[in-house]
Amino acid sequence: MKPSVRHDKTAKVAMDPSWKTILEQATVEVFEMMAGARLEAAAISDSAAGGEHTAMVGLAGALCGMVTLRCTRQVAHRLASMMLGGEAAENSFTAKDALGELCNMVAGNFKAKISTLADRCMLSVPTVITGSDYEMDTVEPTSGISTRFTFEGDPVIVALMIHA
Amino acid sequence: MKKLKVLIVDDSSVMRKIIERSLRQAGLDLSEVLEAGNGAEALTLLQESAPDMILSDINMPVMDGLEFLKSLANVEKAKGVPVVMITTEGSEARVVEALSAGARGYLRKPFTAEQVKERISPLLAGSL
Repeated sequence: MKPSVRHDKTAKVAMDPSWKTILEQATVEVFEMMAGARLEAAAISDSAAGGEHTAMVGLAGALCGMVTLRCTRQVAHRLASMMLGGEAAENSFTAKDALGELCNMVAGNFKAKISTLADRCMLSVPTVITGSDYEMDTVEPTSGISTRFTFEGDPVIVALMIHA
Repeated sequence: MKKLKVLIVDDSSVMRKIIERSLRQAGLDLSEVLEAGNGAEALTLLQESAPDMILSDINMPVMDGLEFLKSLANVEKAKGVPVVMITTEGSEARVVEALSAGARGYLRKPFTAEQVKERISPLLAGSL
């Protein structure tokens, strides 16, 4: 009899070094497909401020944590106008909604590229916070990866925080 | 070509507009676009209006897309109306669940207008 392999849906998936590249690919694809926006890779040492809008999408299941997407107000408005046309440029609610959806799609695209996560990790609906002076703490210790881009000269930072 | 009335269900107004634009880019002639922010709002709209097609996100607050889809069996104005689920998840299990519950197709975000056309047009063959 052939042995069968069953995936335990509750088993945690450990972070893999390849995930940084996958997160970068997932981000670039989403920005190009949904906004026609071309992101440029930025040096890790580039310590420019991240911006005052942060979109967050929670992960639960085989991977618990959060994907965040942070950029300036100007970038958020510019991306919204590229996604929807000029009418979105002045609307703050629309800019934040667009940023939340981009973060949601980055998180979904990221996990879809990892076969051990696709069916075993759920996403929350996105949340967007405004303000640059904040710290994020979690009850569980976390590890994570961060990838930094520039868009039209301004920073765009995508991060994956994973609960241990 | 027949003008179509579509119902787009997504908690993001940005995504609703992008989906509408993609449908128009796919060549659909839309007479009316009904919008709902979740499944419960969509069910309310369906008491008054019968669309030619429903496109629904899965991951939404209040009533998610799968619960909405299962509720459609009891909605007179949704009888025979093709439903396409739109998902960010990339989860095969959720897609299978949606198709088992009556969805006629699915679309994964992010998507291109070409992908929208590929998935949607065959479902409307009888309506166009």
